[in-house]
Formats: sequence, structure tokens, C-alpha cells
Amino acid sequence: MEERFFEGNVRIPSGCAISGFIHRDGRVSDGGAIITSIAAMHERSNGLGGGFAGYGIYPEYKDYYALHLFYSDKVVKRECESFLEERFDIINLSKIPVRKTPKIVDEPLIWRYFVKPLPTRLAESQLDEDEFVSRCAFRINTYMKGAYVFSCGKNMGAFKAVGYPEDVGEFYRLDEYKAYSWMAHGRYPTNTPGWWGGAHPFCLLDMAVVHNGEISSYDANRRNMEMYGYKCNLQTDTEVITYIFDYLVRKQGLTLKEACAVIAAPFWHKIERMPQQERERAEYLRRNFSGLLVTGPFSVILGYKGGLLAINDRLKLRSMVVGEYKNTTYIASEECAIRAIAPVLDRLYAPEGGEAVIAEVMR
Amino acid sequence: MEIYAKGMGYLQLNEAVRACTDNRISIRGCNGQRFIACASSGRQIDVHGVAGNGAGAYMESGVLNVYGNAQDALADTMNGGEVYVFGSCGDAAAYAMRGGEVFVRGDAGYRAGVHMKEYGEHVPALVIGGRAGCFLGEYLAGGIIAVLNLQNSAQALGEEAARGMHGGRIYVRGGINVPLPDCVTARTADKEDMCVLAGYLKKFCAAFGGDAKKLAAEEFTLITPANKASKRLYAGN
Amino acid sequence: MNARARAEFEILKDASRCIDCGVCEKQCANGVYKKAADGRLLIADEKCVNCQRCVEMCPAGALKVIRNRNTPQSDGNWHLRAVREIYRQAETGGVLLSSMGNPCDMPAYFDRIAVNASQVTNPPIDPLREPMETRVYLGAQNRQITRGRDGKIQPEGKALRLEVPVMFSAMSYGSISYNAHAALARAARELGTYYNTGEGGLHRDFYEYGENTIVQVASGRFGVHKDYLNAGAAIEIKMGQGAKPGIGGHLPGEKTVGDISVTRMIPPGSDAISPAPHHDIYSIEDLRQLVDSLKEATRYQKPIFVKVAAVHNIAAIAGGIARSGADVIVLDGWRGGTGAAPTRIRDNVGIPVELALASVDSRLRAEGIRDRVCLVAGGSIRNSADMVKAIALGADAVYIGTAALIAMGCHVCRSCHSGRCNWGIATQQPELVARLNVDEAVKRLVNLVTAWKHEMEEMMGGMGINAIEALRGNRLMLRGLGLNSRELDILGIMHAGE
Repeated sequence: MEERFFEGNVRIPSGCAISGFIHRDGRVSDGGAIITSIAAMHERSNGLGGGFAGYGIYPEYKDYYALHLFYSDKVVKRECESFLEERFDIINLSKIPVRKTPKIVDEPLIWRYFVKPLPTRLAESQLDEDEFVSRCAFRINTYMKGAYVFSCGKNMGAFKAVGYPEDVGEFYRLDEYKAYSWMAHGRYPTNTPGWWGGAHPFCLLDMAVVHNGEISSYDANRRNMEMYGYKCNLQTDTEVITYIFDYLVRKQGLTLKEACAVIAAPFWHKIERMPQQERERAEYLRRNFSGLLVTGPFSVILGYKGGLLAINDRLKLRSMVVGEYKNTTYIASEECAIRAIAPVLDRLYAPEGGEAVIAEVMR
Repeated sequence: MEIYAKGMGYLQLNEAVRACTDNRISIRGCNGQRFIACASSGRQIDVHGVAGNGAGAYMESGVLNVYGNAQDALADTMNGGEVYVFGSCGDAAAYAMRGGEVFVRGDAGYRAGVHMKEYGEHVPALVIGGRAGCFLGEYLAGGIIAVLNLQNSAQALGEEAARGMHGGRIYVRGGINVPLPDCVTARTADKEDMCVLAGYLKKFCAAFGGDAKKLAAEEFTLITPANKASKRLYAGN
Repeated sequence: MNARARAEFEILKDASRCIDCGVCEKQCANGVYKKAADGRLLIADEKCVNCQRCVEMCPAGALKVIRNRNTPQSDGNWHLRAVREIYRQAETGGVLLSSMGNPCDMPAYFDRIAVNASQVTNPPIDPLREPMETRVYLGAQNRQITRGRDGKIQPEGKALRLEVPVMFSAMSYGSISYNAHAALARAARELGTYYNTGEGGLHRDFYEYGENTIVQVASGRFGVHKDYLNAGAAIEIKMGQGAKPGIGGHLPGEKTVGDISVTRMIPPGSDAISPAPHHDIYSIEDLRQLVDSLKEATRYQKPIFVKVAAVHNIAAIAGGIARSGADVIVLDGWRGGTGAAPTRIRDNVGIPVELALASVDSRLRAEGIRDRVCLVAGGSIRNSADMVKAIALGADAVYIGTAALIAMGCHVCRSCHSGRCNWGIATQQPELVARLNVDEAVKRLVNLVTAWKHEMEEMMGGMGINAIEALRGNRLMLRGLGLNSRELDILGIMHAGE
């Protein structure tokens, strides 16, 4: 296919399936269950993208940033590795192990690096570690053609490809990783993304986002985020939603709940019914970040260190259910995806539009 | 009440002035802080040092004394009260001034008294002890400007004075040796004209010294609009 | 030369219908009709401006005004207008003076922009049954969050709240009548939006509408004093106007009568001249000084608007304004209206608001300062589609002037400068002013804006957007039609089909 139609050069709307769960007691489980769960929603994907993220998968390297990269060829790999070496202490690098299958083809070079910013470079940049790492990732993704960082958090990782999600999970041998929270995505893009970077989850630092729906506020949101220095290279909703969360939480210091009150702000008529102080705060949040309101259908699962957050658009135009069994919280587009791995539940409910569901590992 | 302004930004200084309960406030160590006495009413504010741009802007009433020079845009759109500058003032003093009185002991910069206007009992007055820069009284629509040229400079006025003047009066001590536009006429001020000026001279001398009576006895030139039926510039289309 | 032969309009009187009632003569302030001593009705075609007053008031339906069928010779180059204007100047030696916006046949980019709608991949929203939000706040955004001791967010900053993103633009009392101002003020209050005093001061009767008033400070500073500055909800510094960028204003002494003189605070009969520049602003840092001084004078309680005409270097100028501490930048396009402007200036100076708006919004974003200010676009917003497109290009809200006048009954005869508006809008003649029924005008203004709001909601719903903030700057919702790639670049939109 012509490269001008690749994702990033054009905007490709997608429908999707999402699923995720978290063991709030901190116990870990392998990737088998999440594959089973997302596979239950096979009809919601079309084989043009699938992916996973797991938290707590790299306990032996938990203080290092785990960079997952796609390379189109060895030349760019060399170029990128010298870029990394100049900036990071790389304590481990390897190919990400895969299990070959005829269902997943045309794979790029897939590499993993455990790194720490070089203290001298970090001091020179006057940035904190997270910002340093995120800027390096932006530089690679924006300027280094053929190289793509698709995961760069600590003690977590994303795994994605073009294909059905269950095949992608097999391919990446997820049964060999153990995580306290898992999330998955099966994609139904209207057009072929052309390459693997377009699959989800979309990650930035510790944040991983899977999303279902096509938002109508995309360009308003994108243009705002680009003003704040984020480059929307993929032109996807997931990417811009991730950046909005990163901006509001990491840079503006909002809580996740407050960030949700920006992204899926309550209607004005709802705000007007709030008690005075709460009303003033809600009004302020909404008008102060009015360009970050997201409209149109979306359901999102956002993974972060120690937690999962789920939120629907304020009209609840996409389906999403939440299940709880003992110390595990499940979130999925359809109930069947939860029942496939947890037939018995203590509770099952559909959150309201705009209602943030937060499940965190108990400390 | 005294405020020591050194090192203070204008926001801080003006907030401190507003917060004062005294009606008489003295600002010491002032150096360029803007908007002193902006929209102020009923207070006396004494500034020691250099008053920054926009001193006395939109002033409603009361007194502003500047013991030193004032920078640009002094008494911008001033509405009432009195301003005394013991030194000189910068450009665009008394722009669009609508009422009150401004006395400058020294010189005024370019474009003093542009578009001053009067209405009813609001007759703004700008008295300049020294000489005035170019474009004095441009678009003058009302009020009184007096240039005393007490240093007897060769030119009391800069070039292009009274351009577009269509109201008010400009007094100049002595003669005028710069060309004036067609829209005005200049003549020697008569007794009646000097009666109008006398009160302002008295106030000027009371503040800065000098003999008001002697000053009033000297010859002044008065510039007023020509009141010619203005030629129709426009044709309806 | 015979003026009548070259009259622009021709009046047709149907003698079989005329009942000889004399209404036409009474209604026409231009003196077109005159009863002769012998009882015949004399008609002076050359005085007619085609305001349609006589036609609408004639109880017998006996009148029609048409373009004069007799025209001087003209061709594709020496078109009629060019020839007529030369005659006029040869006769008078005058600078041609016109009213209302640039009427020339130049591209209206709004007409070449198509709006998107949802199909399949996301749903349209039904605006009649589901929530649809058109409320807009004008004021700085993306302030760094501060928290109180309790850890809770502390709301900061003042902002104007508009229930619809439409305001009535500056038209001074003097350029339009008391009744017209009264109607704008009342309609603004009813609609939850704002009207603008223009540079004519604020009539004492209208202080009660202060919460819905934007008071203007222009170069003439007419009627500007502390109470005036504090009377409105916001202050607008007028640097320029789309109809006459770089040109001041001049209300002739004969119009400075009665309440006009009281409100402007200048003696009756004196010329009210607004200089071309503010003489305390010769550079961008001086603008900041005026912004700051107004903030000082109002104790930081009022948002400050800065209105500029759309001119070539507008993107850089807007950047300077955004850095001046102003809260809102108003961009007035070259088709913006006026009560009087030199024809050549009106028709040749400035640039279209669509291009200005797009380039300003893009530049402010590139500079990372779009959040410091809001953008209001004016200069010929003719309908709700123009408004939707303006917002998608990057405006927070729009100003309407001419559209509001038309709603009140203006028939766009383009003769505001004559002061003989037969519809009681652009006149100070008491008997003409009385023709404008304020209650009726309020109702019509409210109807207009309400209808636009519904239309906008329909278009937003079609796009799957249910809050106006998600439309603002959402240029993916727009496509160009028949525009070249340079134009598309500046507008920041793709061509239809892409």
C-alpha cells in the first residue's frame, strides 16, 4: 500500500473492543486470561490491529524505563541505538521474544531496552526523568523514520501488532508474563493502518490507553495538545486522549477524577445544580480547560502504575461494563468478555456516562 | 501615610495605595511605577521621584503632586482633580483629558493636550511652565492649554501645534514663531481672555512660586478655532 | 448634467392602484415625493436610496422601486459603479463616503467552506432531544491550577459568560438611534449575551443593562470616565475597524445634538473626531500600557477586549495583543459594516476575516499563547453557518452588527451616513427614530439569535458534537471547495474529497 495512506499520514477512524482487569490485592497473573477475555469479543475487531499492556511485568527491572521499539530495518536500529546510548544508561537490551504464527506476518524488528537517563544529560536538560524520557520518545517517533517507541514506562509494557488480538497475544507469548493488571484492545479500523505502530494500546511513560469510538472533538483537542508541545503523529483518538490525561495529571497536577471532569465534563445544567463551592470548581475546571473536553462516542481504559481507570463519554455512546469478584475489578466493552474469565461475579454494573471508575492496588 | 516604593512593582504599589486608609499618601523612592493615582478620587498623593507612565490616568478628583519628573501619558483621559508636576513631563500628557487641571512646572514633551475636550462645567486645563513639544493641542476639542515659556526659550511651541484644533483655547506667553494651521486663528489675548487664564496662573504660582499678577500682565497670544465653515471633504456615495 | 437621468433607482407608481393618500410623501425623509400645487405627485428618482419604506407603507401597493432601466454606457471594465462615482467626484470634489460593509464582488470564503456530518463511524446527535451546549466563556484559559489548604482547586480569573456565542458589535449611540440601542441592550439581556456601546459613551438610561454591556474606549475617548468604565461587564479598546482600518471617525457637529452631546460629553454642535490612532498608543508596548491602565482603573474586575481590523500582518499583531495582557482579541474583517467610511478605504483596505481568523488562531497556537486570549470574529457574519465555520476555524464567539440591524428592520440601502434612515435605525431625527418600535425590535433580535442557535445546534448535532468548545478550532470539520492550495493552507483545512 502507498505510504501516504499509512496511519499518521491520514486519520483512520476505528471501532473497537476493550477489556482490562486489575488485582487490587497486588497478586499477579499471566496473560492467558486477558487473551481469553478479548477473544470473546472477536466480532468487534477486524484483524487490523490488536494489543495488550501489562503492569508489574518487569519486577527485576522495576526502576528502569522499559522501551519497546519497532524498527523497519537494521539501519534505523543502529541510528536509534546510538541516539539512545548518548542519552541513557542501557542495562539490558534484547529482541522481544515472539512465537511465529502464520496469522501475524510482516513483523518489524521488535526490540526492548531497559534504560535510565544518563545523569549528566539529565542535569544538562534541566528536566525531570519522566519529561526527559517522554521527550526522547517524541523525538524518535517524530524525526526518526522507521523507528517507533510504542511503550516507555517503568515495570510495564505494551505489546501490539496488526492482526486479531488473540493472535497478537499468542505471538508475543503473553502467557510468559505476569502482571497485576492487564488491558487489551481489538481494533476495527475503517482502513488498514499500514504498520504496527497504529495498533493500541497507546502508551506514554506509565500510561497506557485503550479506547473505543470515534470522537468528534478530535481536531479541537489535537490542536490544543500540539500547542502544549505534544505531537500527534498517529492522528488517532487514543493518542490525543493519552496526551490529555498526561497533560492534566502529570503537568497540571489534577487528580484522575478531576481530569475526567475536564475530559467528560458534566453538562452545564448538571453543574448548575451542584452546591455552590462544588459548582464554582466544576465551572472553573470546565472553562479553564475547555479545549480538552472530548465529545462524541468513547469508552476508555487507562492503565497507570497501580491502577486502572475507565470512563465513558458523557452521553455514554459506547458500551462498557464493570465487574467485581473478590479483589479483582474487570472492565470490558461487553459482559461476555468478563464472564469468559470470571463466570461468577460479586457485582456487575454499567457506569454512567462521564462517571470515572477507578480501581487501584491496595497499599 | 508613607510608602517606600523602591523595589516595588506597580501592581504592588498601587494596591498598597488603594489599601491605605489615609487620605494623604506619600510615595517615596518612586522610580517609574506606572498608573499612580489611576482613577483615584478624593485623595492627595505625593510622589517623590519619577512618576511612571499613566500617572493620574482617569483620575476623578483629589490631588497628585509629583516632586520630580513624570513620564509619558500623564493625566491620560483625566476626569477631575489637580495634578502638579514639579519637574517636566514626557510625551502625550493630558491625552483626551476631560476635566481637572494639570500643572507642569518644566517642559512638556511631544503631543501634549491632544484631543482634550470640555463639557458643561468640566473644562480641562493644562498649564506648562516651560515649553511644549511638537503637536501641542492636536485635535483640541475643548479646554484650556497654557504655555508659559518661563525660561524664555526661542520657541515656546514645537512645530505642528494646534493641528485639527476645533475647540478650546491655547494661550502662549509672548509671540508664536511657528506656522499654525488654517483651522485656527491667533491673536493677542485681551483683558477678557486673560481673566479666564488668571485663575490658573494664580494656582501655578502658588504651587511653584512666581508672581501671578505680573505674569498675567504680560502679553499672551491666544489660539482659537477659526470657526470657518469647514469645507465639505466628503461626497455621499 | 441631469442627475435624474443618472438616478440609480426608478420609482414605478401604478396610477390605477394609487389612492392618493400621501403616505409616501410623509414616509420618505429623502424627499423623493412631493405633492405639487396642482395636486400631482412629483417623484424625484435621483433622491431615492431604495430603502423600501414607501413600498412597504403604501396601503394600496401602488409603488415599486427598481434599478433604473436607463443606465449610462458601461462595460466589463468601466462598470456602472465606476462611472457613477467619477461623475459624483467630478461634481463635488469630495472624498466618496459610504455606509455599511464592502459590497464588492470579492470572494467570501465562508461560501467556499463545507461543514462535516457524522456517518456510521460516530453518531449524529439529535439537538431537540439531547443536551446541546452553546455556552461560551470569554477569558483566559489553561491557567496553572492552584489549590487551597484543603487541597481543593481554587477557581481564578474573570470570564464573560455567553449563552450563545454571538454578541452585538460596537455601534455608537450617534451612528444609530436611541431606540436601536435600547433594543440591542434589551435583546442582549434576554439572550444572555452582550451588546457594545461603540465610541459614543453610554446613555444614562442604559446603565441598567451594564451586566450585558461592553463599553468601548476608542481614540476619541468620548464619554469615558470611571463610572462608564465600571458600568459594563467588559471594556473594549478599539484600535481599528474592518470597514476602515487605519482611519478614525468623524461625527459631524450637526449630529452632535441633544442626548448625543450629553452622552459623548461634548458640547452640542461640536464635531466629534476620533483620531486615527490612539495618541497614547504608537507601539505595542503602549497598548499594554492602556490595557494595564484600564485594569488599574477598574481594579482588575473587567476583562479587556482589543478590537483590530484584519490587515495583512494580523497574525503578528494578534500575537502582540495576546502578550499585552488583553483577554479577548476581536478581529474585524474587511466586510465589516460602518455608519460612514471613505468608499475607497472600505472597499480596498484590509483582508477577509476568514483568512485573518485562521492565520491568527494558527499563529497563536504555534506560539503557545492561544489560551491566554479568546478570539471574537466579526466583519460579515451573515448567518449561523458563517458562525459555525468561524468557530471551527478558531473563534470563541462572533460579533454581528449588520445582521442585527437587518433584524431590526434595516433594508440595507447603504445610506446610514445621510442620517435620514427611514427605518429609524441610523438616524437622530426624532420623528424617524420614533418609527423603530423597541419592543418589536427586541423580539426580532431575540428571534434571530434564537433561530441561529437552533441552526447551530443542528449542525453541531450532525457533527456529533454536543458542546461548542469541541467545535472551536476543530478544522477537521471543514473542507474547502474550489480553493487553491495556498488558501487551504492558510485556512488550515483540506479540500473537499480529501
